[in-house]
This record gives sequence, structure tokens and C-alpha cells, in this order.
Amino acid sequence: MSARPPKRGGSFLPVYLIRHAQVFIASLGRLYRNPMSTLMTAAVIGIALALPATLLVALNNLQRLSGGWNGAASISVFLKQTVSDGQAADLASKLGTWPGVSSVRTITRDQALAEFRRLSGFGNALDALNSNPLPAVLVVKPARENEPAAVQALLLKLRQLPQTSMAQLDLQWVKRLAAIMAIGRRGVLVMAALLGLAVLLVVGNTIRLDIQNRHDEIAVTKLIGGTDAFIRRPFLYTGLWHGLLGAAIAGALVELAFGLLSGPVSRLATLYQSDFSLQFIGATGIGALVAAGAGLGLAGSWLAVSRHLGDIEPT
Amino acid sequence: MIRFDNVSKRYPGGHEALRGVSFHIPRGQMAFLTGHSGAGKSTLLKLIPLIERASHGQVVIGGHNLAKIGRRRIPYLRRQIGIIFQNHQLLFDRTVFDNVALPLVISGLRHQEIGRRVRAALGKVGLLERERAYPITLSGGEQQRVGIARAVVHKPPVLLADEPTGNLDPELSREIMGLFEQFSQVGVTVLVASHDIALISSLGHRILTLRNGQLVAGDGSARATA
Repeated sequence: MSARPPKRGGSFLPVYLIRHAQVFIASLGRLYRNPMSTLMTAAVIGIALALPATLLVALNNLQRLSGGWNGAASISVFLKQTVSDGQAADLASKLGTWPGVSSVRTITRDQALAEFRRLSGFGNALDALNSNPLPAVLVVKPARENEPAAVQALLLKLRQLPQTSMAQLDLQWVKRLAAIMAIGRRGVLVMAALLGLAVLLVVGNTIRLDIQNRHDEIAVTKLIGGTDAFIRRPFLYTGLWHGLLGAAIAGALVELAFGLLSGPVSRLATLYQSDFSLQFIGATGIGALVAAGAGLGLAGSWLAVSRHLGDIEPT
Repeated sequence: MIRFDNVSKRYPGGHEALRGVSFHIPRGQMAFLTGHSGAGKSTLLKLIPLIERASHGQVVIGGHNLAKIGRRRIPYLRRQIGIIFQNHQLLFDRTVFDNVALPLVISGLRHQEIGRRVRAALGKVGLLERERAYPITLSGGEQQRVGIARAVVHKPPVLLADEPTGNLDPELSREIMGLFEQFSQVGVTVLVASHDIALISSLGHRILTLRNGQLVAGDGSARATA
């Protein structure tokens, strides 16, 4: 007799694979026989995964939307005080013929004053002034708005005009939006990490209870020569299945959420003359969700198994 | 096959369950282990599949010194030993067939081979027609025979039984012992712990007697056999 592991000969791999396939199916069967508790666990995992997934997809949509606006940058040309409204209008129509310019809007000095009076709340202070301190402004929309170099060249040309006091590219708000979205993305990642930890603990706890319930079976199996790997395997697969089922539920929830949103969003987009439509989670997103679910399920069950399986010894 | 050499077992807390036990059971021999409860029968049996480790002395099974078998190799040692318990240790959530098949599943045998061997073992203990039954529906004697079938299905060279007839009536007990005799006749080394002196002395096999952790008869030496 020998107390050594069997030699790993040519027939080792098929047996190994067959065992894995058996446990793969058997663990699914075990879950199927306890549908309620399986569904509850999977639903908790699903909701925990769906939350960050929904937010990430929403952020991606927001980014796509702001990407569309990014090009809509315009250049504000502040004219010198000496330029009259008539001269400003002449200049505007002249600029409109430039090849790099798509359109020009004129804000006369009076319009600027009225707007300032309305928005700033300094109306009384302005009344004290003898003359209008505000310049006329030409809002120039570049033709090739998606090419930063062309926009920059146009900006330089506009600055060199004798009538120009100052010309400024209105990209600030786009940069701010991008910064806000970067914060949002970071926040979602932090939340995803926390919820991932929650999934890990949920799976770990489920597997721990499973180990307790099958205490006798584990003890008997150890007694008749089951290796640690043999005993561990069904629990790891159970964790994997929980993770996969949770990912499937999460995928369905995200699809449902965006399905419900897509109608109202496209109606709103139509009102803004935009052809924007909501982008769903997509195959890559579903793939990432499934990978996250499977990985967390496996890791959670591994934690429980390595913590609790060693405690059970035959007596 | 089973050799104990001056083996002592002291449990944490100081209780000394075995003291300087030495004996040898050669291959194919059937022997009984007896003594009052608390004399150390169960402890002695537990040392063989390494459920417990000896505190002192050597246990050698089939030429392997158990002190040199590390944790990871214990499962492979246990596959060489069939163990039968008084309380059967059957799994009640699976059929008789699946219970008996467990050692073969662990060894990674193929499906057809498992079916063939399980039916052979169940045939041996006379339970072939109950393979689809659940253990809870069987009588005590039938459950014990399922336990025996599971212990021998993978043809281990060593068979241990701890009070296998504890809850059975005399006729059933004799039947079970008859099964053990059959296994020893085909070369299996059998060690049965039992306090049923009347039954085991009527069978005419070697009897090792423990008293307060010491072997007082049946160790094979002239002193004990005289």
C-alpha cells in the first residue's frame, strides 16, 4: 500500500477535468434545489453590482453628450470702447465671410449693458455712471470646431484685429464639466469598490453557512480520504455560480433601467434638436459585469473556505 | 500490516489514553480489540487513519511510519483504510448508492467503474435491491451494512471497525462479524473494537485487551499469551 498521491500520468488530466465538470454541474443542481435562498443571495449581489454599473454607463453617456458640446466652443471677441455699434456690425459681417468662421453673433454695447443689469444686480451702480462702460462683443463660432489647432489659429487672427481689445475661447465650462465628471467617475469607482467588498462578504457568508450545513458531509469525506482540494471544489463552484447569477441579475437591472430612461431621454434630446440617444451597457459592459461577478463570487467563497474548512476534522 | 511500537497518547489536558502499547497484526489477520469503555479502544483506532497522532512511539501501517506522513498526505493514507463506525456516519441526504460510491468518487474513478464496484459491494452485504433507498428508511442493521459496503468498496488493505455491532441484536451482530471474516480471508487486515466479549470470544480470533490504556492481553508476546 502507499500513502502517496497517485502518479500524474497521461490519464490525470481527463479525470481532473471530468471531476471539475461534475462538480460544476452538481453545484448548480444544489443551488437549483434551494431556489429561494439562491435567488435571494443572487439578488443582493445583483443589486450591489447594478448600482455602480448603472452609474458608470450613465457617466459614459454624459461624456458622450459633453463630447458633442466640446466642439461647440465659441470665441468671444471683446471690441475696443472706441468701436461703435455700426462699426461692430460691419466687422461682424466681414468676419462672417472668413473661411474659418461658421457664424458671428453681435452683442451691442446696449445689449451687453441690459444683460449685465439683468444678471449682475448692479443696476443702480450702473445708473450712477455717465456712459456705458461695456464693450460690444462678437461671438464667433469656428467652422472647424473639432480641430483645436484651427480654432487656436482663428483665435490668434481675431486677437490681431485692430478693433479687438480681447478675444477669449469659451472652453472653461467644458473643462469644468470634464473635471466634475472625473470626480463623478472617481466617486463611482470608490462606491464600486465598497459594493464589491459587500458582494465578497455576502458570498463569503453564504458559503460559510453552506459549510456549516454540510459539516457532517465534510467530516465524512475527510475521513474516507477526500483531499482538501476535493472538499473545497463544490464550495468554490457554488460561489462562482452565485457571482454569475448575481451578474446576470445586475445586467438585467441595468438594461431595464436604461430601457425605461431611453424614451424620455430621446424626447428631451428632440426638444434640443439633438440626435442624442442613450447608449446601453453593451457587450463589453456585460462582459465586465460577468467577470466582476464571477471573480467576486470565487474570491468570496475562497475566503470562507480557507477560513472555515480547516476547522472541520473527523473525530 | 498494523504495527504499534511503544505507543502512548496523551490528550491536551493531561489525560493519558494509551500507555506504551506494542503489537503487530500481520497482513490478512483478523483481530479484536476489547476493554471497558474508556480503556482506549477508540483512541487506538483513531491513531491508524491519523484522526489523532501518537504522542510517543511509532505507528507503522503497511510499512509507512505515520509520524512521517504530513497533513497533505493524510487523505492518501485514509484511502488505504476502510473505517466502520458504530453510528454509521452515513450521509442522509443521498441514496445508499451515492453513500457507497463516495470513496470511489474521491478517487476519481469513471462512472461505469463506480457503478460496477458499488453494486459488487452492495451485493456483498446483501443490499443490492436497496441502492435507490435513502439511509433514513433503512433499519439499524441495514445502515451498518451500508457503512461496511462504503468501507470496503475501494478494496482497502486495512479495515477498522469501532463497535460495529453496538446497537444490533446478537443474530445481526454475528452476521456482521461473518462479513469481516470473509474480508480477512481475501487478505484484508481487520481490526474490530468491541466490548461484546461473549460474541468475539466465540469466534476464535486474536483478542487484544486494553485496560486503562495499557495492552494487557493479546500483544503476541509470551507473557501475554501465557
